[in-house]
Amino acid sequence: MAAAWEALRGVADPELPAVNVVELGVVRSVRAVEGASGGTALEVVITPTFSACPALHVIEASVADAVSALGVAVRVVTALSPPWTSDDMTDAAREKLRAFGIAPPARHGGLVEIALEAPVRCPRCDHPDTRLRNAFGSTLCREIRTCRACGETFERFKPL
Amino acid sequence: MTTALETPPTGTLRDALVARLTALADDELLLGHRDSEWTSHGPLLEEDIAISNLAQDEIGHAVLWYEVRARLDGSDPDDLAFHRDPEGFRSCLLVEMPRGDWAFTMLRQFLFDCYEAEALPRLARSPYPPLAEAAAKAHREELFHLRHAGLWVRRLGLGTEESRSRALAALGVLWPEVGGLLAPLPTDADLVAAGYLPDWEALPGAVVARARAALGAADLDPGRDPVVPAVNARDRVSPQRAELLATLQSVARADPEAVVW
Repeated sequence: MAAAWEALRGVADPELPAVNVVELGVVRSVRAVEGASGGTALEVVITPTFSACPALHVIEASVADAVSALGVAVRVVTALSPPWTSDDMTDAAREKLRAFGIAPPARHGGLVEIALEAPVRCPRCDHPDTRLRNAFGSTLCREIRTCRACGETFERFKPL
Repeated sequence: MTTALETPPTGTLRDALVARLTALADDELLLGHRDSEWTSHGPLLEEDIAISNLAQDEIGHAVLWYEVRARLDGSDPDDLAFHRDPEGFRSCLLVEMPRGDWAFTMLRQFLFDCYEAEALPRLARSPYPPLAEAAAKAHREELFHLRHAGLWVRRLGLGTEESRSRALAALGVLWPEVGGLLAPLPTDADLVAAGYLPDWEALPGAVVARARAALGAADLDPGRDPVVPAVNARDRVSPQRAELLATLQSVARADPEAVVW
């Protein structure tokens, strides 16, 4: 089981290569179940960030490949409940996103609308005076902002 | 708090749920397609990106509903989207109409978002878990749609004479069609009686009130409440639906045996 989690930490989100699917909160659980042919299989439960995220299909295949490589049968199941929230992302993942140039989402505890209005620090110069350029970006999970201090235009992972 | 149903519904209840899911999915798919017609034609790069995001979300939500339906009747979501004849679709005219100008597109998106803001939390309380889970997932993402479309309604209504006249012209066509969006399917009553659609009778009033409040703040008066027909016309094929599907399905139908696109 530990080996399976370790293997899953090697699977990156194809649209956010800086973070892996475990620290992103996309992998929900790993457990041993009875396999199709009678032996033991590992069941990995994953959940989509945004439901229309095309990366999910790639993640599903990569997760299956990573666990199969350990020599065990694997079944990947997608669960919608409870719905993924950006609060599921670990602190380590947030730091990696920032280093990658994407401002991480603030923790909101369910108060998404407040998090959306809160100041966002520039991932380049750390200045809090940044403005929203577009509430939508290159993927469903991002918005586009500009830093008033250093002029950098950057993406922020949306609080969800 | 309702008790979750352990087993999926059977018989007429199952058929009623399949019909409702089909209407939910088809509305999302067709609206997503109309929105996607703006991709690379948006008035500004930012808006082009935004409307393309909305389109992608709506199509993703259609997939959620088709997948819940698949659990009940074993249907294939791709097959339903790309190889079903227009007669089998249960979309409403509101989402089928051509995209029109930008005011028409944003007003339509806004009215549909008002409907989803009321319908999804109700469906999220359904005792049938697959339905409730899909609704809860979609509801979380719809927040971004309502904020975006709501801003556009204000911008159009309070902007220039030109934007305002275009918004009012769009509203004149769209507002009556909210009735068709809200009209019940003949079999919805069975689902309501069995508790599958919590507080569903209050949905039309709630949607109209929500839309009116935001339109009022943009100084846009839609006039009289839309008439919600006792039975909807979703089983009738409009020329707009036929035209839309001819485009949406053309690639898939050109090579029905294709396994990789």
